[in-house]
Amino acid sequence: MNSYIPLLLLFLFGMILAGAFLALSHLLGPRRKSKDKNASYECGLEPSGNPHDRFSVKFYLVAMLFILFDVEVVFLYPWAVQFKEAIQSGMGSFFFSEMILFMVILFVGLLYVYGRKAIEWE
Amino acid sequence: MQLAFFYFFSGLSILSALFVIFFRNTLSAAIALVVTLFGVACLFGLLEAHFLAAMQVLVYAGAVMVLFLFVIMLMNLGREELLKIKLAFLGIIGVITGVCLAILLVTRFMGLSAPLLSLDLGVEYGTVKSVGKLLFGEYLIPFELTSILLLVAIIGAITLARKPQS
Amino acid sequence: MEKIVSYLVGHCEKLQHLPEDFIYLALQVVAGLLVLMLFVAPFAGIISFVERRIAARVMDRVGPNRVGPQGIFQWLADGVKSLLKEDIIPAQADSVLFRLAPYLVFVGMFAAFVVVPFSSGLIVADLNIGIFYLIAVTSIVVVGIMMSGWASNNKYSLLGGMRSAAQIVSYEIPAGLSILAVVILSGSLSIQSIIKAQGAYPWQWFLFQNPLMPIAFISLFIASLAEGNRTPFDIPEAESELVSGYSTEYSGMRFVFFYFEEWANLYLIAAVSTALFLGGWNLPSAVVSWAQTKGDVLLHLLQFLTFFIKAMVMVFIIIQLRWTLPRVRVDQLMALCWKYLTPIGFVVSLGWQLGWLYFLRECLWSVM
Repeated sequence: MNSYIPLLLLFLFGMILAGAFLALSHLLGPRRKSKDKNASYECGLEPSGNPHDRFSVKFYLVAMLFILFDVEVVFLYPWAVQFKEAIQSGMGSFFFSEMILFMVILFVGLLYVYGRKAIEWE
Repeated sequence: MQLAFFYFFSGLSILSALFVIFFRNTLSAAIALVVTLFGVACLFGLLEAHFLAAMQVLVYAGAVMVLFLFVIMLMNLGREELLKIKLAFLGIIGVITGVCLAILLVTRFMGLSAPLLSLDLGVEYGTVKSVGKLLFGEYLIPFELTSILLLVAIIGAITLARKPQS
Repeated sequence: MEKIVSYLVGHCEKLQHLPEDFIYLALQVVAGLLVLMLFVAPFAGIISFVERRIAARVMDRVGPNRVGPQGIFQWLADGVKSLLKEDIIPAQADSVLFRLAPYLVFVGMFAAFVVVPFSSGLIVADLNIGIFYLIAVTSIVVVGIMMSGWASNNKYSLLGGMRSAAQIVSYEIPAGLSILAVVILSGSLSIQSIIKAQGAYPWQWFLFQNPLMPIAFISLFIASLAEGNRTPFDIPEAESELVSGYSTEYSGMRFVFFYFEEWANLYLIAAVSTALFLGGWNLPSAVVSWAQTKGDVLLHLLQFLTFFIKAMVMVFIIIQLRWTLPRVRVDQLMALCWKYLTPIGFVVSLGWQLGWLYFLRECLWSVM
């Protein structure tokens, strides 16, 4: 039996439950539209300008660095799970040096990030 | 049961992949892409590749989607601006890549005959440990090369985003 | 789980015709929904009341005290009130994405509770990728938050959503590295076996296994505060700048979903640090054997209490922090993550490996 089918069903039921709450609130709550109520909230003033303005490139940089380091962390997990066994079978040093090489290269990347001041948010 | 789920999730992925192409609004397309990637993760889960399924959700449905959304919001191109980009050249590249991928997939799957879902797999199959064993044994060199690839990507991202320092 | 299934099959004739797989499946789904309805949702409500009372104490006021004795039904009243409120969808908003975003936030948080243990037997699903699954599903919440920020068509919402996403994703790296230190120690990703690898007494906890673990614990704690948008890292909701961040345009039940996520996350942070560092539900072996003579129910109850009390201590520390510390600036936030916590995470997981390698070598020599 695949142990992930219950999980998928739970996702589905979670959605349904959320939908049920919203439907209930839709039935019980009042519905009175008005122009001012449905306008964007801008502290009581008339909304001005385009709310979807262009953004700083810093956000892109953060997302990009996040992906790269996230991939690295993901690679570390299968390794970490095996480390204990590897030491018991006398392969510890080999296993360790494998990962050291990987991490040192990425640490250089991190140093480069600092050097270029890529994450200064002033 | 398994098969029903398989058809459901593959249908979901294909349908939402079509939405990615046909939605006019880039953001809606991106959200449809989340559904596609999530459907693929579910397929991994059905194939007992648990670690891969979680990784698919974490890296693609999470991290890569955040990047896509950031970039869409960052550029915030209107319809007129999008039309200015010359699509013919990109189209040709797209067609070539697509054909290559199709050839690769067809030749790969021609050789397979066993029903994928009913194989009796070992207890260890698809766990983090077995992935680790392969990754740090058989595929050690590609793994180490990955770190260099990631380093290049870090440098590339920073070079793209930062003005040259004077 | 097996015991419950065999009990059900033994006592209910109709069930015997069904395949056992199906019963398992139904049972797990029911268990998951029960956890959500009977634990997570009331917890999120009650803790919101508790926090308001504590905040009132800190500020030398009374706080909500009208509904029920000492106001303990305030959260129910709030829930009913928001159910009766109008669900306003701004005219300019992208209505499909606006409606969809709270679902993603809700389901992402709910799905995480599937792997949160309550005792040695009470867990919805003890996945073999446990903690990794938890990191993965909570990343769905980020997509929901960004969607809500964008779809609201409001400057404050968009800025809040962007800031929140940038913050959550940045702090996922140090959190992942700190959890890694625990994974190296236990050699497993399943949360139950991580807990089993520890013991009942503080010196058996992973927190005090070696000098680097407290550092990993603190950096995980800080990172999860930042991921949960808790003060002092609540700049996405800095009310003096951004009104209410990504949830500005939301009202009624949809608004409640965002707040449900926030309060439920409070318990999630506490439960994860309890399970990974503070020994989880482990009881001294004398207590275990005593409880077993009285029956399994007592044992699980004691284990649940142990876990819950530890988690509650964490929750109160987090609440106390919120009402003590001022909010950090956005540049300080990014610097803390990328310049301090990430390198520390690297060093902790690396140093840990080194230490263990040499420590174990000594052990081997002493054996020979």
